[in-house]
Amino acid sequence: MTLFDKLWAAHLVREAQGEPTLLYIDLHLIHEVTSPQAFDGLRQAGRTVRRPDLTFGTADHNVPTTDRSLPIADAIAARQIETLRKNCREFGIQLFDINSSEQGIVHVIGPELGLTQPGITIVCGDSHTSTHGAFGALAFGIGTSEVEHVLATQCLPQNKPRTMKVQTVGQLPEGVTAKDLALGIIGKIGTDGATGYVIEYAGEAVRGLSMEGRMTLCNMSIEAGARAGMIAPDQTTFEYMRGRKFAPQGDAWDAAVNYWKTLGSDHDAVFDNVVEINASALEPFVTWGTSPGMVVPVTSYVPDPADAKTAGDRQAAQRALEYMALTPRTNIQDITIDRAFIGSCTNARLEDLRAAARVVKGYHISSSVSALVVPGSYNVKQAAEREGLDRIFSDAGFEWREPGCSMCLGMNPDILQPGERCASTSNRNFEGRQGRGGRTHLVSPMMAAAAAIKGHFTDIRNWEFK
Amino acid sequence: MKSFKQHTGLVAPLDRANVDTDQIIPKQFLKRIERTGFGEFLFYDWRYLPDGTLNSNFILNHPRYQGASILVAAKNFGCGSSREHAPWALAEYGFRVIIAPSFADIFANNCFKNGMLPTTLPGPTVLEIMQRTQENEGYKLTVDLEAQTIADEIGLSTTFRVSEFQRYCLLEGLDDIGLTLTHEEAISAYEASRK
Ligand code: SF4
Repeated sequence: MTLFDKLWAAHLVREAQGEPTLLYIDLHLIHEVTSPQAFDGLRQAGRTVRRPDLTFGTADHNVPTTDRSLPIADAIAARQIETLRKNCREFGIQLFDINSSEQGIVHVIGPELGLTQPGITIVCGDSHTSTHGAFGALAFGIGTSEVEHVLATQCLPQNKPRTMKVQTVGQLPEGVTAKDLALGIIGKIGTDGATGYVIEYAGEAVRGLSMEGRMTLCNMSIEAGARAGMIAPDQTTFEYMRGRKFAPQGDAWDAAVNYWKTLGSDHDAVFDNVVEINASALEPFVTWGTSPGMVVPVTSYVPDPADAKTAGDRQAAQRALEYMALTPRTNIQDITIDRAFIGSCTNARLEDLRAAARVVKGYHISSSVSALVVPGSYNVKQAAEREGLDRIFSDAGFEWREPGCSMCLGMNPDILQPGERCASTSNRNFEGRQGRGGRTHLVSPMMAAAAAIKGHFTDIRNWEFK
Repeated sequence: MKSFKQHTGLVAPLDRANVDTDQIIPKQFLKRIERTGFGEFLFYDWRYLPDGTLNSNFILNHPRYQGASILVAAKNFGCGSSREHAPWALAEYGFRVIIAPSFADIFANNCFKNGMLPTTLPGPTVLEIMQRTQENEGYKLTVDLEAQTIADEIGLSTTFRVSEFQRYCLLEGLDDIGLTLTHEEAISAYEASRK
């Protein structure tokens, strides 16, 4: 059996011919944007939350990243956060509110608090719930009607997805990160390459990743269309988990680890599809278009739509280049930027900030760039400050902000102005994602930091660290 | 859940691949705490110019597609964010059926929950339908969920498939939460087995 098969089997509540399987949900994470209508639905139907003890909330998507002691200027955003508070209070759900020392992006705090554990099922009304699969959990994003379903029943009817193994060969070279591996995979299989599948990432390069890196990789699974991404738990996982607030303690810990060790895919496990990726041949990647699959190595150039394989691809590439204001065959390293954003559930954990700070140290951002660092959570922020990373960033001209989703989706005041070009560590370069008319290039934290300093993209592998 | 049995309506072509839910309903409109009030902001950045006036070049703004209730698009429609605000906006605008060669999983799921039918057809058939919308003003399709057929009045007739269960739920307009709650015993038994 595969890791996925084992988790699926362990969570079956009910199976019946011709009906979707009823799957039990161990952990339900909620946030302010996709939950209010679900709670309303509950109230209208006279239902309640079945397992408030398995439900946790945080406010992350629309929160301001500036001084939190001030009232939220945006009245509609404030009402949404207030609604989350009221709903959590009414139904007895623990909330990591915006002034809590544990607040942060939902996909950053779940793992950080030890809520995310191997072998469990996790859902959240957010597509990047795939992040939690890094621990060997089955974690996937759902819509608001399904949020309501899980609140009311702690179960979800699901059709069994197919399984895909992404087998990496070799180790990632120096300067090539989990983000580049993710972008490399999406570039290869396409943004719908894994639709209908749960991906398991395997091989040397994946084993070599820290938990932070694994989260980055699983996070981007949805950008390949996958239902979820998973990595079998191992020593790295257990070491990360040990002692976390909600992790099992004492004897329960030993029992848990023994169970977690049995979760990995069996040697003879059969996947519906296997994709091989030569990790040692990967380079730092930069997206050039308006879909994460429009990606090339930093040493390459903006592709020419004329070279596209199909008419559809050609048309999409043309549209993307027009929106991005790029000319075919421009060297990636000649593309100048106006903004840099280091943040999001993809790349705003401590390791990401450390990597970026290492690049930044001793430099100052280009005079034509403004740059933002938004830690993924308060815990990340505090840990970074203890190490003095905030000063390295501030000295270099970056703004150091309060945690939240921020310019990953620009629901709060952190947005790009029309025409601005941004090197971003987030996960989506869709048209207008970071602000109407804004142009997003997805990169790793080190690549974003280096671009902020140079004012244009540059190959991190040639960086002079100070 | 709203039921869906059969629908005949005007077809609008959106010849773009990978239409993501950020395009369908941009983030600045996600702050509402109701399920309504999204239709006017559907495809906001495409439908309106930066100064807030109507973008007459955008296909849904063409006079001939006013009142369209069937949208036909290229592959991977609804990718990206899981926001159910996307199907809410499409439904409120008036769409009952979306036709594409493929859909993103979460989006397709969200459509079913809102009485809207995501219909997967082979790429060439989708292209043929797009072509027909352009060649025939007032082009309409009839989508029959019971029979799982799609047809126009000028010779196109084809079938599509949705899962038996989803078809049943949609035809009946079933409350699927209520359905799951009828399995209370199984849920409690499962919970007890894990203590
Ligand atoms: S950081 Fe971005 S991708 Fe992650 S949860 Fe927030 S908005 Fe979604």
